[in-house]
Amino acid sequence: MTPIWTHLVLNLGQVAFILVFSPLVEGVLHRIEENIQGKSGVSIWQTYRDIWKLFGKDEVVSEQSTWVFRFAPIVAFVMPIFVVLLIPAFTAYPLFFAFMGDMVAVGFLMAVAGFFVALAGMDTGNIYAAVGASRTHMVGFLAEPVFIMVFFSVSYVANSTIPYFVNATWGASWSNMLQPTHLMVILAFFLLILADEGRIPVDSPAGKVEIAMIGHSKGLEYSGSSAALMKWGGASKLMVLALIFVNVLVTPWGLAATTQWPAVLSAMGLVLLKLLAFVIVLALVETTLAKLRLFRISEFLAVAFVICLFAVSIRLVGIA
Amino acid sequence: MMAPVSAIMLSIDGSIAALFVIFGLGVMVSRQMLASLRFFMWQASALTASALALAYALQAVNLLWVALITFTTKVIAVPLVLRWAAGEEVYGRREVDQAMGIPASVLVAALLALVGWFAVAPVLPTLHGVPFAAINLPTGLIMVLWGAFTVALRRESVAQLMGLLIMENGAFFGSIAIVHNLTVIAEIAAAVDVPIVALVIGLLIRSIRRVTGSTRVGTLDKLHER
Repeated sequence: MTPIWTHLVLNLGQVAFILVFSPLVEGVLHRIEENIQGKSGVSIWQTYRDIWKLFGKDEVVSEQSTWVFRFAPIVAFVMPIFVVLLIPAFTAYPLFFAFMGDMVAVGFLMAVAGFFVALAGMDTGNIYAAVGASRTHMVGFLAEPVFIMVFFSVSYVANSTIPYFVNATWGASWSNMLQPTHLMVILAFFLLILADEGRIPVDSPAGKVEIAMIGHSKGLEYSGSSAALMKWGGASKLMVLALIFVNVLVTPWGLAATTQWPAVLSAMGLVLLKLLAFVIVLALVETTLAKLRLFRISEFLAVAFVICLFAVSIRLVGIA
Repeated sequence: MMAPVSAIMLSIDGSIAALFVIFGLGVMVSRQMLASLRFFMWQASALTASALALAYALQAVNLLWVALITFTTKVIAVPLVLRWAAGEEVYGRREVDQAMGIPASVLVAALLALVGWFAVAPVLPTLHGVPFAAINLPTGLIMVLWGAFTVALRRESVAQLMGLLIMENGAFFGSIAIVHNLTVIAEIAAAVDVPIVALVIGLLIRSIRRVTGSTRVGTLDKLHER
């Protein structure tokens, strides 16, 4: 196989990697959280079973809804797949689609999915979905400056916003890894993942009371295969953000340096171990913190913003 | 002029300084008393780590003593003293009153950080041969400013004490990079002050609480003689 075809196959392999393992990542996260809370917990395969069950069910769609309602689950499912084509999932070298977009494009693709899901929430006429959409955008507006500052910091240090280059810059030496800017960007990005994914302390994914929900109430009206796509897309999005976090920022090592299958497969195993470590940290954070009141979320994101501001300032002033 | 240190040690100290700043921000913005105390303990641990890193890089044995004393007094003694002197206020109270909202105070903190950096800038060329001064000195000054701001911002005496303590941490963080060959007795004298300050203020807090039923010193200006 010529190198270009190998790269294309590996790029598509990244998509398969996300689709196959994202429900497992979510299942492991739920299981660890419940174990920490002293419960026996559901099986780590439960998300696969839920998705399978939902695909087998009939779909009920309100007569009042428009095409946006039917289209949004497809966008929510597809966007993480587009994103994973641009990021280093298990190879250190850029693959076929690597230069089609940078980290700003990643943010844009995620925002498109969020936009359609919020529109679909309002489209149903369900009052809780509209409230959820409005609250999600409040959090989104507050998170936006942090996103931009993270991109600034990363591009300033790595001289690029292409995830593969950022990965190579951080991973080049220990003195790069231990830069204060890097540490601060890692922390700010982690806070951003908590906000964007609707995890505690910003939102409670396990919450069952609609009036207290932020992002999770937008999908209440979905059933059947649309609900399955929303669930699978949500799991894929979490895994994609986790991959950016672990492979680009925290541990930019252990990725395959060659196109040989043994190297690629061992890199996949290592990435799954990194994701397990990430999931354990996320579960610990979620079980040890309390959910913030709605109007305290601005404080949470203000702290993330100032941390990013420091990251850029440290580089600008040239202290370290 | 001191021997140059490796880039990796500078990076390690820079990362510790970043953590030191983040924990200081935590002390300033946390709404709960206990969370504020825990951030202070983490910050003191970062100070200990910086002293250890500098001791290794500069081969300065005295900084090992600084690390030991800092950890003993600030991470172990201060929480114990506060539990004994003002336990109910620190471990029982949840929310802390503030004179300013958290997002606004965070922005003021960012401005104070810039002030700290630019205030130190003219001094740094004179410390050209002191390798860690460019990292520790501005970080320490920022923390002194943030501590003063916390004292002004908080309307609770225990939270104000946290402001004083992070000021002290900041002063230590800056000074260990410049002066790392003080005699041990002077370092012990400086460090033992901290639990004593915690004890004195803790007892004062207990007295204020006994008299007024609260430690919300921000509301005391409303008291008047009848």
